[in-house]
Amino acid sequence: MQNLRRKDILGLEEMSAEEITLILETARSMREIMQRKIKKVPTLRGRSVLNLFYEPSTRTKASFELAQKYMSADSVSVAGTSSSLVKGETLKDTVRNIEVMGIECVIMRHPVSGSASYLARNLEANVINAGDGMHEHPTQGLLDMFTILDKKGRLEKLKVTIVGDIRHSRVARSNIWGLKKMGAEVAVSGPPTLMPPDMEDFEIKFEPCLDDAIEGADVVMALRLQKERQEGGLFPTLREYAELYGLNSRRVEKANEDALIMHPGPINRGVEISSELADGPRSVVLDQVTSGVAVRMAILYLLLGGTKEE
Amino acid sequence: MKTLFIKGGRLIDPSRNYDDRADLLIRDGLVEAAEKNLKPPDGAEIIEADDLVVMPGLIDMHVHLRDPGQEYKEDVLSGARAAAAGGFTAVAAMANTDPVADEPTTIRYVADKAAGAAARVYPIGALSKGLQGAELAELGRMQKVGAVAFSDDGKPVLNGTLMRNALQYAGGIGALVIVHEEDPTLVGKGVMHEGSISSVLGLRGIPAAAEEAMLARDLMLLKMVGGRLHIAHLSTAGAVELVRKARADGLPVTAEVTPQHLLLTDRAVKNSGYNTNTKVKPPLRSEQDRQALWEGLLDGTIDAIASDHAPHHSDDKDVEYDFAPFGIAGLETTLSLLLDEVAFGRIKKLTLPLLVEKMSTAPAKILGVKGGSLKPGSPADITIVDSGRSFTVNPDTWYSKSRNTPFAGRQLKGAPVYTILGGRIVMKEGVVADRE
Repeated sequence: MQNLRRKDILGLEEMSAEEITLILETARSMREIMQRKIKKVPTLRGRSVLNLFYEPSTRTKASFELAQKYMSADSVSVAGTSSSLVKGETLKDTVRNIEVMGIECVIMRHPVSGSASYLARNLEANVINAGDGMHEHPTQGLLDMFTILDKKGRLEKLKVTIVGDIRHSRVARSNIWGLKKMGAEVAVSGPPTLMPPDMEDFEIKFEPCLDDAIEGADVVMALRLQKERQEGGLFPTLREYAELYGLNSRRVEKANEDALIMHPGPINRGVEISSELADGPRSVVLDQVTSGVAVRMAILYLLLGGTKEE
Repeated sequence: MKTLFIKGGRLIDPSRNYDDRADLLIRDGLVEAAEKNLKPPDGAEIIEADDLVVMPGLIDMHVHLRDPGQEYKEDVLSGARAAAAGGFTAVAAMANTDPVADEPTTIRYVADKAAGAAARVYPIGALSKGLQGAELAELGRMQKVGAVAFSDDGKPVLNGTLMRNALQYAGGIGALVIVHEEDPTLVGKGVMHEGSISSVLGLRGIPAAAEEAMLARDLMLLKMVGGRLHIAHLSTAGAVELVRKARADGLPVTAEVTPQHLLLTDRAVKNSGYNTNTKVKPPLRSEQDRQALWEGLLDGTIDAIASDHAPHHSDDKDVEYDFAPFGIAGLETTLSLLLDEVAFGRIKKLTLPLLVEKMSTAPAKILGVKGGSLKPGSPADITIVDSGRSFTVNPDTWYSKSRNTPFAGRQLKGAPVYTILGGRIVMKEGVVADRE
């Protein structure tokens, strides 16, 4: 199997279609390992990994930790209130400490855009961005593409509509870059105040009318309305948002018959997506979670273990 | 003090439209003569300037010296040394110190500390008490002890009535008001120019309208109550247009631009991988804005070039992008960055005489201070430049205490080789000698 010829995974903007394809193909083999009775391979035995989470996370953190365990890596996780950010240690000093502990790969989630690139620049270890501010969340983009590919058999020429708070969403950014590189058509919809101020460089279509945006879509992806990131006044109320931009079964009728409904989680039920839709037959919300472990195993393998015998 | 004789250089003096070879005789700290074929008096120290350009000392009308309060970033003496190293004989120091320079004691502290320093330091007083934007500071009492202008730079004045009163009151005592135009309610938590790059990088943006809206307000207030207004660091095409129109209408307004806004765009934030040395206020704007700034500079809409020298310690800058303070340290790069533009002819119509006008004659006139001229009888504040000298920007060699520049590693052609302050050589070949 090939190797990823890069030290870090910071975002999908900088990644080629070939690299994305390699990761998605590798993830398929990894999923087989997950389906075994004894979910353990020695691939990363003796390799040390740090999960550094400056922001709360359930899915991403658990999924990275599981991926590490399945592959026999030695890993530690530092998170939330126990982290040194709370104690006022600078990222620079944290980096120096990581270095002398001999850690080979750092997975970081951080509230500031660009912090993953800061870490990568200052560290010899591999860095995997598990979400930096509003910038990128590349493993989420990859697991979403893996899920779509798995269900649809292709990414090329698929019409994907992403709905909601694109402006503050690192998930949306990674999906936009990744999907476009793989030949999908991406449109976004939602209130204009929740769109990035200038979308020229993304080269995507903004369709303010949700019904028009959904029409003929192969994939409809809702985003969490990140209340914690809202500067005041970007939309009036949650109930108005739900009424104007919430996904529900009636709205999704305009999409293609076999359209997939996706959401990166955690879900605000009844706000950006109705329970009926989220739990319904077209929803692949939980498949996304399963894909997450496989994709993260693939990335760890390709970054850390690809040159070794399995 | 020794008599100085600067021999055979190309002498540029915008105050009398002079650009030709001339010798310069300096005695007792003053220019005694500036003509061709002078004879050096016995015992005079002679500077051979055949291949050099001689100009009135450059004046940086916008710097932050961090003194008192943040001397670990810069102080009056280190800032003055950085100025001399960069070819400046004078700087005007902003009031956002700790304590704020909003009453005579702090103004006097800065002025006293600068006595005997490597450059003249003109204190600028705060416009409002504590830069709070609520009550007028003691402009008149500060003016009496040497404040050359008044500004809340760094903390834009949101309160329209305060700005109105400030302009009107300052007008009454003939004082200059300098404004940093950025509506804080539109800036929000923005850290870079709002546009396609900020959208891709996921960084909060500062829209051009934040600058333009407040600038438009202040120009209207100026029209209403008079006074004298100087706009610091213009950064957008719309702002240039507003100033152009105000001047056409005859309003008493002047403006400056920084080298970073003339030379860099928001793309630098992306290309540098979120390097916090690209984080500055106003933010590095779009290419279209950058072009408009050059146009404004060349057509006279923008009077002056200033560095907005904003030194920060690496402990403060070497952090995540959102957490870093705004600012670029520019005293030791500004002149060379512009000489380099002239040397390579990248900007048509940018000539050395125009540069000297923007960096010496115009700032002297706007601030109402001595300098900007080499007429006999003027103080012998002189900058001598070698337009052919190439070097690489290396902040580790700076006299400033700080190192924050996005220009590190850049190859430049053109450098100051002598800085002369009141007839005394304070910098020779890059080496600064503070005191006699």
